[in-house]
Amino acid sequence: MMRGIKIVALKEIRDSLRDRRTVMNTLLMGPILGPLLFIGMLTLITQKEVDKAQETLHIPVVNESLAPSLINFLELQGVVVEQPPADPEQAIRDELHSVIIRIAEDYPEKWRAGQPATVEVIADASQREISTTLARVKLLLNGYSSQIGSLRLQLRGVDPQLMRAVDVRDIDLSTPESRGALILAMLPYFIMITLFVGSMSVAIDTTAGEKERQSLEPLLINPVPRWEIMTGKLTATTLFSLASLVLTLMAFVIFVGLIPASNLNFELNIDWNLAARFWYITAPVALVAAALLTTIAAFAKSFREAQSYMSMIILIPMLPSLWLFINPVKAETWMMWIPLLSQNLLVNQHIRAESVPVLWEVISIVSTLALGLLLAISAARLYQRSKLIFSN
Amino acid sequence: MIKVQNLKKSFGDVQAVKDVSFDAADGQITGLLGPNGAGKTTTLRMLYSLLPPDNGTISIDGMDPQIEPLRVKRQLGVVPDARGLYTRLTARENIEYFGQLHGIESAVLKQRIDELTNLLDLGDFIDRRTDGFSQGQRVRVAVARAMVHKPQTLLLDEPSNGLDVMSTRALRHLLRDLKQAGHCVVLSTHIMQEVAALCDQIVIIADGRVVASGSAAHLREISGCPELEDAFVKLIGTEEGLLA
Repeated sequence: MMRGIKIVALKEIRDSLRDRRTVMNTLLMGPILGPLLFIGMLTLITQKEVDKAQETLHIPVVNESLAPSLINFLELQGVVVEQPPADPEQAIRDELHSVIIRIAEDYPEKWRAGQPATVEVIADASQREISTTLARVKLLLNGYSSQIGSLRLQLRGVDPQLMRAVDVRDIDLSTPESRGALILAMLPYFIMITLFVGSMSVAIDTTAGEKERQSLEPLLINPVPRWEIMTGKLTATTLFSLASLVLTLMAFVIFVGLIPASNLNFELNIDWNLAARFWYITAPVALVAAALLTTIAAFAKSFREAQSYMSMIILIPMLPSLWLFINPVKAETWMMWIPLLSQNLLVNQHIRAESVPVLWEVISIVSTLALGLLLAISAARLYQRSKLIFSN
Repeated sequence: MIKVQNLKKSFGDVQAVKDVSFDAADGQITGLLGPNGAGKTTTLRMLYSLLPPDNGTISIDGMDPQIEPLRVKRQLGVVPDARGLYTRLTARENIEYFGQLHGIESAVLKQRIDELTNLLDLGDFIDRRTDGFSQGQRVRVAVARAMVHKPQTLLLDEPSNGLDVMSTRALRHLLRDLKQAGHCVVLSTHIMQEVAALCDQIVIIADGRVVASGSAAHLREISGCPELEDAFVKLIGTEEGLLA
């Protein structure tokens, strides 16, 4: 009974491996390009942040001469005070400078009167790349303000501690791993897309493609039950999806290893062990993807028609990931019964290094396999309909 | 041995086959002759069990294709109208695939493919991918693929479509040899010369019905025309499709 399935599966694998389009999409573009892009962007962004936090601040100051003690303080802190442009607002709009400080004209009077003296910080807060610089400038100015404030109180014989009614302390329990998890939250999304994209080319080629090449008719004249032929095709498609997943996870582990971790204030907690876990947690989705895409492609008359359906189907694996991204929920047992959602939750749970009950994994795998089998059985019966065999 | 009685098949409102009956004996070549769209391909598809007839009976060596499709398929070698080769596989791999699906073990299969390579003169391109094959090469590979399991009955849909003179001659030789060996050969065609040169029995199908059948001599006799072509036109009552 299994003979037909095996023969068809082996032929489809060989056939697909010779198809440049399939190999590119399934085994190269998806698995390598996706993670590379993700990790590359990540490194670039974090590298920039680190540079911004460490680089010397060059800040133009308007009316520098009105506040010599403040300027002195800034220079002591390593700020290079520059000559201001003629029109500071315009200079900011033109993005010639990221932050400009302006000392108000009445600064010396107010300073002497012991009133709050105005210092304006000019910046465009909607420019995201200046946020680090802006925060650093404000921190320095606030530091100066409270330093002078304390000195004034001390001169009047008042304990500056009185100013601090509440002692606010940050106790940040986030670990480098959990900060990394925030970044890796995109991973389940990548895995789901990979599983679907990985099976897409083969699903189309073995059904709609076979119909288009008119080889389906002679194939079905062989003395092999039609469900065996379809099951063979499904097997090949599922294996391609799984292979695509293996390559994607491997690429992630390797690329994450290439990021110089010491520069970052987070740690990407993904190693070979965890990648293996992700693989068996999400592997059942390969069957769901293969069966679903094969069913849809089997109705199409041509490669192009099948592809046009696929662009809509590819939204399905994105939905749970996007939903969780917008609306994070705490994982509960009942959610493990929902295929695609459960894999998202489990992978996230592992990334955050939180404990995962074995029962959860079992429920997720069983329920997803059950759905996959159901879809596979309905797909296997498709070729019983003569309408699906003849394209004309 | 094929017996077909009162076959009917419709697709929606279109009656493709209205009433087709004929016998095709072993050791004979039977030609289904008719204009394009007469229902030849649909009839053949019912014979090789891919389409269920709406009405009528089919018996292939005593078996009904709808009841015992797998056993019938083991007896049949089919060359469909669209040859349907896999273009990323070599000619040998194409033949091998179907041989495996017929359950032929690999040593026997290898030997069989060598035989077919000689018989159909495939040597020059047997290990090339079929992408870019000429019509003649494609037909030869499709015939080899259909014969890989030594079927008793061979069904060919428009086998000489697109073949050059040499390939056509080679194909006719092969079909005559099969007939000599006692096989049942059925081919559909709209080419007069083909049936005249090849067929022991001619079944003329027009508009989904068998309008006449018998040997070439018999058809000339009942139509009263000395030329087969005139007999054909007279029997189907129109010249439509003849020159296509």
